[in-house]
Parts: sequence; C-alpha cells; structure tokens
Amino acid sequence: MTATLSKNGYLSGSNLERVLRLGHFAVTGELGPPQSADGEVIRKKADLLRGYVDAVNITDNQTAIVRMSSIGAGSILVQAGLEPVVQMTCRDRNRLAIQSDLLGAYALGMRNLLCLTGDHQTFGNHPTAKNVFDIDSIQLVKLVADMRDERVFQCGDAFKGPEPRFFIGAAAAPFADPIDFRPYRLAKKVKAGASFIQTQLVYDVPAFAAFMEKVRHLGVHKQTYILAGVGPLKSPAMARYMKNNVPGILVPDELIERMEAAGAPWAGKGKDELTKEDKKARAGAWQGEGIQICIELIQRLRQIDGVAGVHIMAIEWEEAVKPIVEGAGLYPRPVVKAQVAEAEA
Amino acid sequence: MIIAEQKPLNELKTLIADAANVLVVGCGTCVTVCFAGGSREAAITAASLRMATKLDGNSKQVSEVTVQRQCEWEYLDQIREQVKQADVVLSLGCGIGVQAIVERFPDSWVVPGLNTSFLGLPLEQGVWAERCAACGDCILGLTGGICPIARCSKSLLNGPCGGSEAGHCEINPDVPCAWQLIYDRLSKMDKLHVLLELQPPKNWRTSRDGGPRKIVREDLRLAYQEG
Repeated sequence: MTATLSKNGYLSGSNLERVLRLGHFAVTGELGPPQSADGEVIRKKADLLRGYVDAVNITDNQTAIVRMSSIGAGSILVQAGLEPVVQMTCRDRNRLAIQSDLLGAYALGMRNLLCLTGDHQTFGNHPTAKNVFDIDSIQLVKLVADMRDERVFQCGDAFKGPEPRFFIGAAAAPFADPIDFRPYRLAKKVKAGASFIQTQLVYDVPAFAAFMEKVRHLGVHKQTYILAGVGPLKSPAMARYMKNNVPGILVPDELIERMEAAGAPWAGKGKDELTKEDKKARAGAWQGEGIQICIELIQRLRQIDGVAGVHIMAIEWEEAVKPIVEGAGLYPRPVVKAQVAEAEA
Repeated sequence: MIIAEQKPLNELKTLIADAANVLVVGCGTCVTVCFAGGSREAAITAASLRMATKLDGNSKQVSEVTVQRQCEWEYLDQIREQVKQADVVLSLGCGIGVQAIVERFPDSWVVPGLNTSFLGLPLEQGVWAERCAACGDCILGLTGGICPIARCSKSLLNGPCGGSEAGHCEINPDVPCAWQLIYDRLSKMDKLHVLLELQPPKNWRTSRDGGPRKIVREDLRLAYQEG
C-alpha cells in the first residue's frame, strides 16, 4: 500500500477498515437515498441492514437521477448507528466542491469513501445538465489519499487544522472492455491510494476467478481489500436485461435458466390468465431463487484467493440482505474494538 | 475545421422578423467545406426566406453575399456598404464570424444563421465528427494521438471507465469509446506502459475555465507595427 499507516496501524479507524484488517470476511451493503427530502426512508432501510453488514454504501445520485445527497443520507445513517461508505462521483462537482464536501462529511462522522467517476448525466432525469468531470475517479482517490497522508489540498496548500482521514475505496469493473486492461486499471487505483475495492456485480464466477488470477499475478490483492460485488436476481427478465443491456455484467445462461425454472409452475399461463395471487407467488418464487443463487455465489467467491469480502447490492430490495447474509453463514457480523486513526488518537 | 449546421427556417424567420432588408452573409472557409454556410447555402437561405416571408404575407428584401473569411477584417471591409444598407445581417459564418461582423460594424444588427457545433473533420461525405476541444494544453502525445478530452464522454484522463462495451461508449452505440481506441492504438504500437502512469488532474485554466482566451505574439506584433 502506498499510504502510510498511522502508529496504531489504522488509516481511518472505520469499522470496515477494522473488520478487514483483522482478517474477517467483510460484508458491505448498499442503500439508495430517496428522490425526496424524507429522512425516514433512510432510517427504515437502515433498520433492514443493521447488524447484517459492516458498512453501507450510500449512492451519489446513481444513474444520474437526483436524490438526497450521499453525505446528507450518510449523516442520517451515522445518527442511526450504522457506518456509511459515502459514494462520491466526479460528475457533479469540481475539485473545490469535492474537497469542501469531504471536509463536511468527515466532520459529520463519515469515515469510508468510495471514489467514482459517476454515471453520465444523459442517463438520468436531467439530461440537459452540464457535467463537470474536472477530475476522474483515479485522480479523486489520489486527492483524498493526499489529504490524509500528505495533509495537503489538491492545490498543494497544507492543512492548518485536522485533515479528513478516510478509508478510501474505488470500484472495479472486471468484465468491461477492454477486458485485458481491467486488472491494470485496478492496480492503478490501488497505486493512487485505494485501500479497498468494490467490484461490479459478479454472476460468472469462473470469469471472475480468471480476473482475480491476473490481479494476484500483479500482487494487487496484497495491497488492497477486494470485495466482490453480488446482488440477488429478482426475475428472469432482470437477469436477461443485465446480460444484454448493462456493460460489464456477465450473466451465465445457467442462472437465467434457474430463475426461469423457479417460475415454471406459472409459465404455462398467459399474462391475462395470471391472478394477482399467482403473480405474487411467482415473484416470491423468483426472489427465493435469486436469494439462493446469491448465497451460492458468495460461497464460491469466498473460495477465491484475494477476495476479502462481498459487497451486496440489493437497492430497493434491502429486505434480501438479511437472508443472504444468514444463508451465506456470514451472520453475526464481527464486533471489533473501536480504534481511531492516529490524528485523533 | 469548424463544423456547423443550419438553424431551422422558422428560427431564422423569428430572428429577422423585425427587418425589411436582410443581408445573408456566407463564409468561404470552414462552413463552406461542411456545407452549412458557403455561397451555395447563402443563396438557398436567401431564396427560402424570400419565399417564406412572401407566403407569410410579410415579404422582405433578402440579398446575399459571401466573403472568403468572415473572421478577418479585410474580407469584411469588402462588404461594408451592403452591411450598412441592411436592417439585419444574417451571418452564415460560425460564431466567430457573427461576432467579427458585430465588432467591425457596431451599428449593424447581426444574427446567427448557424449553430456552431464543434471542431472536427468529415469522416465521409455527409458525416462529421468532433476531434478537438481546444483545451489549450494538448495531451495527444500521451494518448496515441486520440483525444480523450474531446472524444471521451467524461473527458477521463485515466480511462477507460466501466461503461465501455464492444468498442462503444455506453451513452450511445454510435459513439466509439475513445479509451478503447487509445488502448488499441497504444497496444498496437507497443506503448501500453504509458497507460499505467497516473495522469494528474488537468490544468483547465488553459481551457475555457480560465476565462476568455487570448494569444499575444509580441514578435509578430512588433513586426506588424514597424511594417
């Protein structure tokens, strides 16, 4: 790791950092803030995740749709006693706003940060907006690491007061093009200062194992904690959509067939023949199979050398996290002694 | 070169609505080559406006003239009298041409007939694509001669992002992924190691972010003044 550890060994002292440092198989979840100013939504979702994850990612206007800010929602999560992983994208803020928001986030008690470039605004609900992209995700990682380790702002000015000491993460898309470059891009993020990595959704375990082999060959798995991204499939249609429409996601046909098989008892009936109860029962069967598949994926991913944990993405289906974590044998979550980073100690 | 396209006729009609005498001014340089504002397009635009305003019962005098370059005083000076006689000048130059006419003839009312689109090149007859964002600090030497500022949707310096698929950008299947192009080219030229270097945040001050830009060449200036 390029970052220098503080004397007590912790960069940030966050729960996620402690869990990983102590060698536990980490579990992170994800929470999508509402398209409203309703803080109660965050508290309700937090209740579904409490005790089942080590930290919770808060998305930053995901898919470029305006939502409650990740830092605002993260602050509610801190108050609710859960640890956020604040997601920060480069789409909406220049380097001034990014640094300013990070000072605020740290002061509000947030300790984990996931640095992303951000979905392009043309996908979202304000496609006529001007984008920023002053810096990219790798430059963002370096910026946050420099604030912590060099105690400087991006411009080079030194901090006169306490610096923000984040546990810095980045994303990896193992199956996006050009696929041969992906392990190197991951290495680049680690070189910039990423202490943990959360990957795009993995459904194809052999393909991911091949990626990890290349990552291990570069020695990167020893310099960062890699959390494999997983998510429960909700229906065969969702599985097919991801396979065909989402860049960088591989969904093996075998899993699509399993999802279809789960809905087989209702497959013979036309759309109009299905009663409301039928549809509900079918959705339940699909969801049960989706959760089961997710559990099996976690168990297989856990066997891959260099996988330090899983990142469970069940946005708008937070109820699924509990059975997944329990089913994968990852419950209860470890309780680790609080440690603060050197600057606060 | 500068690539532009014509504004819709209805918008042109609105822009000249208050005038009785209209002068359409074409430009013989970039916009001629991209078939947006040359002498041919100026003639067609003038004829269309004559017909359209006549049909609307609001007939106007519309004449046209094309200069070699709207962005240089010496060519604009040649049409001084025609500009003076017009109630409105409809420039078929790029945004630079429109402003050059305004600056040269401050008493005249000048409106744009084109939307200036980008700096680019024709890929084939009838197809133009952007190539340069005029950021003022060229990095093509680092990227195999393919510009990520102009051609990556997110202007990434450490690309590609996760949205590259089968060689195209996730925002549109018609947009090639600039970083895939860079990767392929550096790979072919055996220079992939360049991509392993962390590119620091860009100095955008040389781009529009530093405010309106100007270049002063004292060597040339002195020569001009002395000459």
